[in-house]
Amino acid sequence: MLLSVKGLHKSFGDLEVLKGIDVEIEKGSVLAIIGPSGSGKTTLLRCLNALEMPNSGTFEFHDGFSLDFDKKLSKKELLTLRRKSGMVFQSYNLFPHKTALENVMEGPVIVQKKNKDQVRQSALNLFEKVGLADKVDLYPHQLSGGQQQRVGIARALAIEPELMLFDEPTSALDPELVGEVLQVIRDLAKEGWTIAIVTHELKFAEQVADQVLFFDGGHIIEQGPPLEILKNPKEQRTKQFLNRILNPS
Amino acid sequence: MAKMFLNNMIIATAGGVSDWDNILSSLWPMIQGGIQYTIPLTLFSFVFGLILALLTALARLSSSRILIGSARVYVSAIRGTPLLVQLFIIFFGLPNIGIVLDPFPSAIIAFSLNVGAYSSEIIRASILSIPKGQWEAGYAIGMTSRQALTRIILPQASRVSIPPLSNTFISLVKDTSLASLILVTELFRKAQEIAARTYNFLELYVTAAILYWIICFILSIIQDRIEKRLDRYIAK
Ligand SMILES: Nc1ncnc2c1ncn2[C@@H]1O[C@H](COP(=O)(O)OP(=O)(O)OP(=O)(O)O)[C@@H](O)[C@H]1O
Ligand SMILES: [Mg+2]
Repeated sequence: MLLSVKGLHKSFGDLEVLKGIDVEIEKGSVLAIIGPSGSGKTTLLRCLNALEMPNSGTFEFHDGFSLDFDKKLSKKELLTLRRKSGMVFQSYNLFPHKTALENVMEGPVIVQKKNKDQVRQSALNLFEKVGLADKVDLYPHQLSGGQQQRVGIARALAIEPELMLFDEPTSALDPELVGEVLQVIRDLAKEGWTIAIVTHELKFAEQVADQVLFFDGGHIIEQGPPLEILKNPKEQRTKQFLNRILNPS
Repeated sequence: MAKMFLNNMIIATAGGVSDWDNILSSLWPMIQGGIQYTIPLTLFSFVFGLILALLTALARLSSSRILIGSARVYVSAIRGTPLLVQLFIIFFGLPNIGIVLDPFPSAIIAFSLNVGAYSSEIIRASILSIPKGQWEAGYAIGMTSRQALTRIILPQASRVSIPPLSNTFISLVKDTSLASLILVTELFRKAQEIAARTYNFLELYVTAAILYWIICFILSIIQDRIEKRLDRYIAK
């Protein structure tokens, strides 16, 4: 078990978005999170690296690092948590004033204070991996959406996180660019990265995920292997949701 | 070209033609006043003012009530009172409580305080104009808020703030003429002194105006260059 989350609560004012979530993320596994719009999938993912601060709950990592959100986190705990995970955003959020290579080197060089030459070499390897070896010196605005998102993935990988978080990484993309990004994530899964991904790409979830988690109304409705959840859901709400996605009227 | 300008102007004002040499010989002292005082006064005040402005903007954006409150009072006091009055308080007023400053440092203090207040609003607005996702992307790779601020947000905010800050800078160049009233022998004071001797008021003051115009013109060209160079700093 890489990470075990227990009793996660998150409210925005009066709106309770996460109503006590328990999730376990197996090391080297892919967890796909699906659910209706506004159900709190993004919030859940953002709570995992405290971009959104949970109101209560506990995290326990395999290495013994643990957090209790009932208490206020220390700065050190917050940074340790953030450095354990890499986040890939729906809207890429690349740094527009830095080249693709600089975007990727920023974390290891500035945050982790690693040697610049070594970082450059491993960053170039990452660009190779995401298929952008020839684009390293371009600025984000010179790249297509799919290319920007692949830089976003390389940037997250560069800090060598234990857990990769993806929030609908392809939903801002033109349809013809979705495949190239999903392919990169597929490769990461094969290499054994631990991944939690919010996605509407059911086919992708079916092929790549080890666990699918259906999320609605602030609760986990059901969770299990993709074939079970996507093909044979037990819960009425899951069935309705899948129906709506598969047969849009 | 400046010469031609001056020539035409003098012909146009007919009466003063005989004083042509007078004006030419006054040009150098005025330029000297510009180089010795106007330009240093502008540059120092702008640099100190920007530092003050950044600190004030950060105070306004902080979560400390005391910092927010003091920043607001400072900005409000400076914006709500005439620059000339501030200048007089510092130079003529402070000696009454035993603080005696020379004209030049007095002017630098007044102008810095002024730039600080006006530019802090500009800097604050440009920091706020950077999308939240940029902070989050910084945090997500493990940055502290300070790292995110200095590495990610300020470089982008600086590009956004260049056009309004250039306006402040150009206003400052012109406002330094107020320092003549507390005896700083800058460009305009030189013009006043010579005019008092020679009575060529029109010619000298128009010459001073043209000199200010030239300085501001050069500055706006520099501004344009910087903007073009920093264009990539803006999210598209
Ligand atoms: N910062 C915030 N302040 C207030 N409310 C918020 C905030 N972030 C999210 N919410 C609310 O929380 C709920 C869950 O939002 P969230 O973005 O997690 O949903 P989601 O499942 O990711 O939806 P989608 O599929 O549309 O991305 C929504 O009702 C949203 O309006
Ligand atoms: Mg979402």
